[in-house]
Amino acid sequence: MNVVVCVKQIPDPAAPGALNPETNTLNRSGKLIMDDSDNYGVEMALQLAGGEGDEVTLVSMAPGGETSGLRTGLAMGAARAILISDDALAGSDALGTAKVLAAAIKRANPDLVVMATESTDGYTGTLPVQVAELLGLPSVTFAKAIAIDGGNVKVERQTEAGFDEVVCPMPAVVTVTAGVVEPRYPSFKGIMAAKSKPVDNLTVADLGLDASQVGVAGSGQEITDVSESEARGSGEIVEDEGDGAQRVVAFLEQLKVI
Amino acid sequence: MAIGKVWVLAEAGEGAPTPVTLELLSEARSLAGTVEAVAWGSDTAANAATLGEYGATTVYDVGELGDALPGVPVAAAMAALIEGGNAPDAILIPATTDGRDVAGRLSAKLDRPVLTNVTGLVAGDGLSSQHPLFGGSHIATARFTGAGPGLFVVRAKSFAAEPSGGAAAAVVAAPAPDAGATSTARIVQRHEEERSGPKLDEAAVVVSGGRGLGEAANYALIEQLAKLLNGAAGASRAIVDAGWVPYSHQVGQTGKTVKPTVYVACGISGATQHLVGMKGSKNIIAINKDRDAPIFSVADLGIVGDVHKVLPALIEALKAKG
Repeated sequence: MNVVVCVKQIPDPAAPGALNPETNTLNRSGKLIMDDSDNYGVEMALQLAGGEGDEVTLVSMAPGGETSGLRTGLAMGAARAILISDDALAGSDALGTAKVLAAAIKRANPDLVVMATESTDGYTGTLPVQVAELLGLPSVTFAKAIAIDGGNVKVERQTEAGFDEVVCPMPAVVTVTAGVVEPRYPSFKGIMAAKSKPVDNLTVADLGLDASQVGVAGSGQEITDVSESEARGSGEIVEDEGDGAQRVVAFLEQLKVI
Repeated sequence: MAIGKVWVLAEAGEGAPTPVTLELLSEARSLAGTVEAVAWGSDTAANAATLGEYGATTVYDVGELGDALPGVPVAAAMAALIEGGNAPDAILIPATTDGRDVAGRLSAKLDRPVLTNVTGLVAGDGLSSQHPLFGGSHIATARFTGAGPGLFVVRAKSFAAEPSGGAAAAVVAAPAPDAGATSTARIVQRHEEERSGPKLDEAAVVVSGGRGLGEAANYALIEQLAKLLNGAAGASRAIVDAGWVPYSHQVGQTGKTVKPTVYVACGISGATQHLVGMKGSKNIIAINKDRDAPIFSVADLGIVGDVHKVLPALIEALKAKG
């Protein structure tokens, strides 16, 4: 079985976020790491494609030929990676990105495509379904458990009220939530092996896409303004001297909640 | 009116339009001359009165979907209406699991991008949307360029739901065309979690727990306190991911948006992921042992202390008051 995992390489979320003042897009310069949300997809894929002849391929779009985040996924055990890097891609919106990823995924001819439900930095949460539609595949989003059953993928899909058991024929796109599986840490051996695993570097032209469909040129949306929002004033912060509970009670009484 | 026609994706649950649906209809009314809804399921005809009362003149009924996931057929039906010459200027879609599926499918079908995480809409020269950035410290304003309907995925509780007293919406059948391989996923079993007390996103009081509780068993303290305050029990993403509590309790970016009268955050540091979902609460009480936790920056009352001491004492005090 061939499983593709889409991996996003993002600035360290622990560092304060910043915008490019000229374009109002997220500043993605500096070192990139694999989005923590993608750890779960990579781990899930490795567990599902653990048999003889099974293979996990990572697909990522990133500026400047960035591979540091991909190496993390390769160190966890993915066999190879496809990286799409092209100056024409700067400023792509989610749909433009979906077109690029869909074209790259097609090359890997997967039985299953696994993605995070949403990225940590952009969190649009629509890209996986856009990719599925562009590939003509069914999709099951918000998976909290996944199993393979013959030619079907069985998913427990989180809903507003609980969860649904869903059965879907493959090939299919499945998005995973963070709790789906406990990701492994790359071993030293894995980290060493990752250095020599193949990474196919592709451009927009390699994928047969027109540069006018992607990047700023293809984006159908623009940010017109970014401003600081009204800060919520912080109130009274006190150390608990054994009277913490009483202070809460007094506050609730004042609010007439009790 | 700057905008001619707006569609609202109308979700239903427990036999009625969901609260976010009514919020979006109310907002759509203030933005556009004509408001129409798109709905599916078996209750659409019964819900037409409520949809009309909140502003929809017409509801396009995709019909009963059986065991299919809604994303593909609902988007296909909407695309067919649009291709048939009935295009709205904007489509407002709730930021729910099914709403996001519809948005993604429709976006790719129409070759139109989506603006997500919308918390405000401004009609002027076209329609602009507002989005919280960095956990809400900044607001970005965005708009679509080019022709075609604008797809906006809107967070719950961004707008107030207010009835307009309109007549029942006219129900127009809009069955989904065959979507081939894309619509082959089937729901084989539905599970609804049992709930006692008010709904998380409708409760006047929400008590949430986070990693600071130390272990899963301590979540019982959160449930006890919530019950004593006639509130609902919520959770940070960290403890949902850790498997302590089900996802339906999650408050935040990937979970529910809540705006209760009182929000009590216990052992929650206040990651941006969490703040986005609860910052709009009227009053916020935070209990956390780390003085520098970001949650204190939004708290009206902050107790720097150990939740393992403060919570049991608080529960006892409330019990004593009866």
